[in-house]
Amino acid sequence: MADKKDPIQAPLTDTQRRKMLMGMASAPALMMPAMTWANAAQYPTAKVNTTKLAVTDTEVVVGQLHSATGTMAISETGSIQAEQLAIDQINAMGGVLGRKIRVIKEDGASDWPTFAEKSKKLLVQDHVACVFGCWTSASRKAVLPIFEKENGMLYYPTFYEGLEQSKNVIYTGQEATQQILFGLDWASKEKKAKTFFLVGSDYIWPRTSMKIARKHIEGHLRASSVVGEEYYPLGHTNFNSLINKIKLKKPDVIFAAVVGGSNVAFYKQLKAAGITASKQFLLTISVTEDEVLGIGGENIAGFYSSMKYFQSLDNPNNKAFVEAFKKAYGPKSVIGDVTQAGYLGPWIWKATVEKAGSFDVDKIAAASGGIELKTAPEGYVKVHDNHHLWSRARIGMAQADGQFKVVAESPELIQPDPFPKGYQ
Amino acid sequence: MSFTDITNIALMQGFAGLSLFAVLLLMGLGLAIIFGQMGVINMAHGEFMTIGAYTIYMFSTLTETYLPGFVSAYFPVAIIAAFFIAFVFGWIVEWALIRHLYKRPLDTLLATWGLSLAMQQTFRSVFGAREVSPTLPDWLLGSWAPAEGLDIPINGMFVLGLTAVVTGGVLLALYRSRWGLRVRATVANRPMANATGINTKRTDRLTYAIGCGIAGVAGAAFTTIGSTGPTSGSLYIVDAFLVVTFGGAGSLLGTVASAFGIAQTQSIAEFFLTGSMAKVLTLLLIVTILMIRPQGLFASKIRR
Repeated sequence: MADKKDPIQAPLTDTQRRKMLMGMASAPALMMPAMTWANAAQYPTAKVNTTKLAVTDTEVVVGQLHSATGTMAISETGSIQAEQLAIDQINAMGGVLGRKIRVIKEDGASDWPTFAEKSKKLLVQDHVACVFGCWTSASRKAVLPIFEKENGMLYYPTFYEGLEQSKNVIYTGQEATQQILFGLDWASKEKKAKTFFLVGSDYIWPRTSMKIARKHIEGHLRASSVVGEEYYPLGHTNFNSLINKIKLKKPDVIFAAVVGGSNVAFYKQLKAAGITASKQFLLTISVTEDEVLGIGGENIAGFYSSMKYFQSLDNPNNKAFVEAFKKAYGPKSVIGDVTQAGYLGPWIWKATVEKAGSFDVDKIAAASGGIELKTAPEGYVKVHDNHHLWSRARIGMAQADGQFKVVAESPELIQPDPFPKGYQ
Repeated sequence: MSFTDITNIALMQGFAGLSLFAVLLLMGLGLAIIFGQMGVINMAHGEFMTIGAYTIYMFSTLTETYLPGFVSAYFPVAIIAAFFIAFVFGWIVEWALIRHLYKRPLDTLLATWGLSLAMQQTFRSVFGAREVSPTLPDWLLGSWAPAEGLDIPINGMFVLGLTAVVTGGVLLALYRSRWGLRVRATVANRPMANATGINTKRTDRLTYAIGCGIAGVAGAAFTTIGSTGPTSGSLYIVDAFLVVTFGGAGSLLGTVASAFGIAQTQSIAEFFLTGSMAKVLTLLLIVTILMIRPQGLFASKIRR
């Protein structure tokens, strides 16, 4: 990020930096007293709930809407688990405004109309105070009009393509620029990469991401060029022709956003074709610890991934989070970027409710900007007025054991910019 | 770009076509028997492949835990096991479900589709929603590099070899064994085959189970090149039907020819066009040819 005029990054103020250090120093358990001993009596239901939400003197009902069945269950399971863990922890601490959180779980079943239907049920019939849910952009797009019409609040955990902002959604993952630009700058600076080969699955997220990547490579990186840009249908399992094309172009970097079952085939076949980390530099924006489970550590070891969170992050918050997660879901479970972003949702919501002193969606939406989370496993995050998070970008190198070694980290929190100028 | 480079790329691209051919043929073979010979539209074909893939995963986990010394040797054993496990499941499914629906092809379609959903959810409950990755023996990984800049994928060669063996085996069995004779007789004329003393019900069950077994082998082999998860099978089902229908239902030779044709078109088009355009082109070609020749490339000469 050499360019000082670049709008994507804003330097932190001194206060922010200090708060962040404090956040890192204190384990979540120590954070308990200050805010949560608020009991329900201080916050009478009539006052905190003026919009007929499902809030009583002792309980607040929230919704959780992910795919527990169908194709996307592979990815969404982590988010379901992390959100539940956060809710359990919040309840153990006394809940929100003295009220325990009760979750109504709905299954979107990897089907976008079902997502829409279930979100309507959660908002209209159950009057949930907020919903933690969705994973794919397609499912988010399907429920968005309903959340806007019924005035619900959605906490969305996945890194996504940007170009969206809503009063009714808090995006706890990173938007495109927070993930892509840092990765490309790093590749250009640290790996002296000049030629880029872009590969993605054929749908909205990879295409938008690659469009941003291309603009950045051609417009902002010195003497760099895109030597190939390829998309393959979702579920494509044969990449040998693509691999030969890559061999023909000999790019410095393969920049990949392949998803799902294709992902596994892509890395297995790269390895089988002799394209390994010792010969080729590859940077991906679609592989977290979750995906490595399917790909196999030995097939991807040495390649790089650009994310905001890796399970191996060394800070007290993350240590406590990983420990709690493994205690809840087994010692073999892994935590990917989106899982962590899912974990942030309930905590951010809790902080916002406490700041607003109310569960009302309008008040939550207005109070969200400026909410900080010092206990975030990824370090410190802050909600921007545009409802996205300020967060750090990181580059991890895949290890044979399925974990990532962090090799680079953005020095500052990166400001979210869902509508980047000059990138559309 | 030197001449050797171009030769190397050409060679590797040639092999890419062959390797896709092997994959398509292997996934189509089981279906060619079930759909081609028996006329059962088996939407659960992909899930029988997944059974094979999970068999490899179970074997790899067990071997790693109990017999760490045999990690390099478990794979062939697991493939044979995959055949028998899928075979047994196929046998049970035929007995419980398929045999009641032989005269109702559309109901079979629905029933097997339901079966495929049920199987997917079962995999999810038993093995977890996330994809798994069986530990493959070292000799299956990496590439064979006979010259500088020329890398032939070992897993591709393995699948190619296995496909040759399985195809040869199926052809032999179908045309040189008593079972094959009974199958062909049943396909040609069921009442007459019955009248000559062939137990057609038993033949059906065996045929269906063998088709499923071969799907299991295909799924097992594909763990070397693709993913192993509850829905991995659904990645293959469309292509499998495409291969069999395009080749002409009822003709094994047609399946081979169609797999070869589709693979080469797809692979060459992918090299010169983009991935999605290559798929569009391949499908357009198939649709056009099927419009001209609805019975597929090789029509069987059987009176139905």
